[in-house]
Amino acid sequence: MSYFSDIINGTKSLLIGMRITGKYFFVNFLTRKDVITEQYPDNLETLNMFDRYRGEVTMYHNENNEHRCDACTLCEKACPNGSIEIISDKELNPETGKNVRYIVKHIYHLEMCTMCGLCIEACPQDAIQWGQNFHHVQYDRGKLTKVLNKPGSKIMIKTKEKK
Amino acid sequence: MEEFLTDRLKTQEYFLNMGPQHPATHGVLMLLLKLDGEIIQNVELDLGYIHRSIEKMCERDTYKQIIHLTDRLDYLSSHMNNEAVCLLVEDALNIEVADRIKVIRTMMSELSRISSHVLWWGVMGMDIGALTTFMYGFREREMINDIFEETCGARLTMNYNVIGGVRYDLHENFAKRVKDFITHFRKKLPEYDKLLSNNIIFQKRLEGIGYISKEDAVAYGLNGPTARGSGVSCDVRKIHPYSAYDRVEFEEILFPEGDSYARYRVRIREMWESLSILEQLVDKIPEGEHRVKTKAVIKLPEGDFLQRVESARGDFGVYVKSDGQKFPYRLKFRSPGFANLTALNKMAKGLKIADLVAILSTIDIVVPDIDR
Repeated sequence: MSYFSDIINGTKSLLIGMRITGKYFFVNFLTRKDVITEQYPDNLETLNMFDRYRGEVTMYHNENNEHRCDACTLCEKACPNGSIEIISDKELNPETGKNVRYIVKHIYHLEMCTMCGLCIEACPQDAIQWGQNFHHVQYDRGKLTKVLNKPGSKIMIKTKEKK
Repeated sequence: MEEFLTDRLKTQEYFLNMGPQHPATHGVLMLLLKLDGEIIQNVELDLGYIHRSIEKMCERDTYKQIIHLTDRLDYLSSHMNNEAVCLLVEDALNIEVADRIKVIRTMMSELSRISSHVLWWGVMGMDIGALTTFMYGFREREMINDIFEETCGARLTMNYNVIGGVRYDLHENFAKRVKDFITHFRKKLPEYDKLLSNNIIFQKRLEGIGYISKEDAVAYGLNGPTARGSGVSCDVRKIHPYSAYDRVEFEEILFPEGDSYARYRVRIREMWESLSILEQLVDKIPEGEHRVKTKAVIKLPEGDFLQRVESARGDFGVYVKSDGQKFPYRLKFRSPGFANLTALNKMAKGLKIADLVAILSTIDIVVPDIDR
């Protein structure tokens, strides 16, 4: 007897399951409600990610091509993977007569970065911050090594306010 | 005639490599099977294909830097792994965290648990041959991932816990999104049962398969939902309540059958329990600071420290031996998946290869957690 009841119960359970999949297939397809498939976001320019999204480390530059980094190398020390390298030099400030350190290159190895956020937390000047770009695909590994300070940029004259 | 045949048609034992690139092994796990026809005689584990020496790397990292490495162990319960390290350091340094932090951590843990179990449910169906469940599971997982992305900044390796609190305060949409998710998921969970749990073919594939008795489960050191499917009470949230688990009511799910279907039902019921925990906490998030100020350089006092948490797979432990420096002298992770996997031979002996895939699924392994 259990042989036949198994067949009946099996068909029944299969139909119950197919009712759910059928509902999603026909009803939701026709009414266009509750459709959950999403395309890959090719609209990278207009796409809005969440504010806190951790895509890559970037350096803030204002409109005069100035940044806040004073080459303290705290981010370099905070990084667990060695993704940040800072090449700095000293320059005589004619006003104060003291040697001031400035960055020549702030090198960021995206290929080694794990997006842990310790560098940004360590930065006392808020010079580096999160960028929202997630589209990091490159054919060459070398292209993932980036120089964060833009060419010809200078350090911002210090003001008390942040950001 | 029969004698004539048995003389000539002898079966022979042979070996088969399952993995390390087999899709049903959930990663780079290699199983060396000793087979007689299709019947499994012995299962041998061959680990080491995704060994990244994370424990050794922790010895050169400060305690702040260790946290992000624990994301990469069991990536589906990364929040609980982070929490284990943070709780250990806070405990060792006697840092008292606010109620708000405890509640946030508990809610995030339960969201992680649901997201992990939903993924497991989808993959479980797919391993058995029901491909639809994978898509349905990811629908709910996407909602949780959005919650994580909005508040923590990442979808999988969140790295949200820091020593003395959490990295960011909760996003203003958090409570609304969680409530939306609870109402949505309460409607969709019965659908899971209709689609897969009550399906006769699915039940026949799991019932009585991969049996392990309560005594054996204890002897092999099984933990998490895998052990609770054999009736072993082992929920760390109940035994050693941490964070806000002592102020919520939930039930430890136990099924005494010990077969694959029992382990399956434990996880389905756990999702209901996680939902009820979230529901109890979502309206009662206390106000306050989201982070306690700590020293810039964290040094643990000399001695041994241990912290256990209940991750989605079971009892996750961190053991630190400190010599008073800013790096740990030795750090050991006790991963739940490794203990669960050792019982595979016991469960799968005498069954068919197709059953082995089902058993592997119900153990719910994540290979980077096993092979650190």
